[in-house]
Amino acid sequence: MSSLDAQAPSGPDSPQASTGAGAGDRPGTAAPAPDGAAPAGAAVELGARPLARVAQRVGRALPGAMRRDGLALLGTLPFFAYTLIFLGFPTLAVTIDSFKTDDGTWTLGNIRTTFEGLYRTAFLNSIEVSLLTAAIGVVFGGLLAQAVLTTRRNTWLRRIVTTASGVFANFGGVPLAFAFIATLGTTGLATRWLGDIGLKLSSTGFSLYTFSGVVVVYTYFQVPLMVLTITPALEGLRPQWREAAQGLGASAWSFWRHVGLPVLFPSIAGSFLLLFGSSFAAYATAQALTAGTVSLVPIKIGNLVSGNVIAGSQNVGKALGFEMILVIAIVMVGYVLLTRRASRWLR
Amino acid sequence: MAAVMTETLPAPAVPAGRPGGSRAWEVIRAGAWRWVVFLLAAIFFLLPLVASFEFSLRDPHGGYSLASYRQFTKMPGFGSALWLSVKLALMAVGITLALLVPTVTLVHLRLPWLRRVVETLTVLPLVIPPIVLVVGVLGAFSSYGPAWLLSSPVNLGFEYVVLALPFAYRSLDAGIGAIDLRTLVEASRSLGGNWATELFRVVLPNLRTAVLGAAVMTVALVLGEFAMASVLLWVTFPVWVVSVAQTQAGVSVAVSMISLLLTWVLLMLLITLGGRRGRQANILGGF
Repeated sequence: MSSLDAQAPSGPDSPQASTGAGAGDRPGTAAPAPDGAAPAGAAVELGARPLARVAQRVGRALPGAMRRDGLALLGTLPFFAYTLIFLGFPTLAVTIDSFKTDDGTWTLGNIRTTFEGLYRTAFLNSIEVSLLTAAIGVVFGGLLAQAVLTTRRNTWLRRIVTTASGVFANFGGVPLAFAFIATLGTTGLATRWLGDIGLKLSSTGFSLYTFSGVVVVYTYFQVPLMVLTITPALEGLRPQWREAAQGLGASAWSFWRHVGLPVLFPSIAGSFLLLFGSSFAAYATAQALTAGTVSLVPIKIGNLVSGNVIAGSQNVGKALGFEMILVIAIVMVGYVLLTRRASRWLR
Repeated sequence: MAAVMTETLPAPAVPAGRPGGSRAWEVIRAGAWRWVVFLLAAIFFLLPLVASFEFSLRDPHGGYSLASYRQFTKMPGFGSALWLSVKLALMAVGITLALLVPTVTLVHLRLPWLRRVVETLTVLPLVIPPIVLVVGVLGAFSSYGPAWLLSSPVNLGFEYVVLALPFAYRSLDAGIGAIDLRTLVEASRSLGGNWATELFRVVLPNLRTAVLGAAVMTVALVLGEFAMASVLLWVTFPVWVVSVAQTQAGVSVAVSMISLLLTWVLLMLLITLGGRRGRQANILGGF
């Protein structure tokens, strides 16, 4: 045992120089390594080399940074404390409480309840609305963005669409719901106009206060959001690519089929996920529109928390909330990965 | 070789065979789809606004009048709801700027390795929907927090700061990225300035637009926020508007038209300002 120990410090030192401590990509780090880091690296050397490397790097960078930036770190403390208290703490409460009964014992019952009956329907509805409005947003927003970009630069049209997109994408909640009630509600302007030309809206199966209405209303902020997120990517499509394709005899369709859309794919998929998330999380619009009658997850949560439900289901709302966070977190991670992938081509 | 010949021969033939007229037709066709898209978009986006305006002008006794617009200021609760929203907006703007300006500055100047962490933290409110966050707030502060926190609307103001984080951070981050902060600060240091001079006479003046952008975004967000306020039972402006809608739809549409116009003027101002500074234009949707 002692002979092994004696050998160890000298033994792994040489392989470490070639493989450990990021010798390949950061040659400088091996030399100024503090003495303390070497044994730590040597101990795990045989087991998991990449892990050791990461641990070593972090271990070396962190104390150094702490020493250097101590005062500066102190300056960021209020920010971290604030987010911990007002964001971290409530999120933690949602997460923990969704695994507890009202009496405080651990359970999986809340989670199980959310996959049954009404809540299951709400989840499916929410996902359906989000998928549908995201798809509509991606198609029409993409077309609109491309239509704007093919006009000449700095025209009034371009300015209006860009500015209006910024404004409309932030137009949600209560005013949006009322605007649509005034348009497609029972006495709305569009409803009356359609009635005048002999089309009764109610007979088509469309109702503003149900699933179909929510889809139409959400489209109102999804399309501008798509215009905002996809425009930079569309601007990144170099005109040379199009010219090259045309020079080789490609039609507009085959350019988009073989060059444009493949290059844009990560951006489009990323935008789709972003739109999905924005519609999945929306509460105020649907609540103001349907007064809590439409079966969507955020609405269910609102109803559960507002208290007009059976006792004992307090934490079901939290379980629903926890699952919403999970869904949106997955979607957002996908978004980040896709935009990173997209930036490879579009610089 | 022969295969190559047959492959390449038709290719130059196609553009050559195309007369000028066909290209002109293509231009018209390209223009046509564009105008169809614009027309559809204009109808879809403008019709609800026109309809709202028409709806708010309808008189309960038939015909059209400005009754709804004349009425709303006299409605019970209007003043207090608006005042509460304004107070919350001011509070949220104050805290947001006090928290973020020093943090963003420090991260850019001294702690670049922390940037990823701060960025991720500020994106989190987008991942956690307000309706879920408010459930957590109820759960967390009712059992562990001080009692006054839930019994006063101050709590709402604190949470609005969290909701505004993604937008405010992006605005400030873009603003600070657009100026050469390090050089400016080094200049201030070499002239004998301390950290206070640095913050108030170097960083802030150079970030005017970004700070204004962050403030406007926060105000717009607070004035329109409904989910958290309604669950926590505080009658802020949007909550009041919804409660009015149950009895007087015309008034609520009129009020939301006005609030909408005000918010838009604010946002337009912001976008125009942002447009002038180039990069900041994307703070609205560029997260």
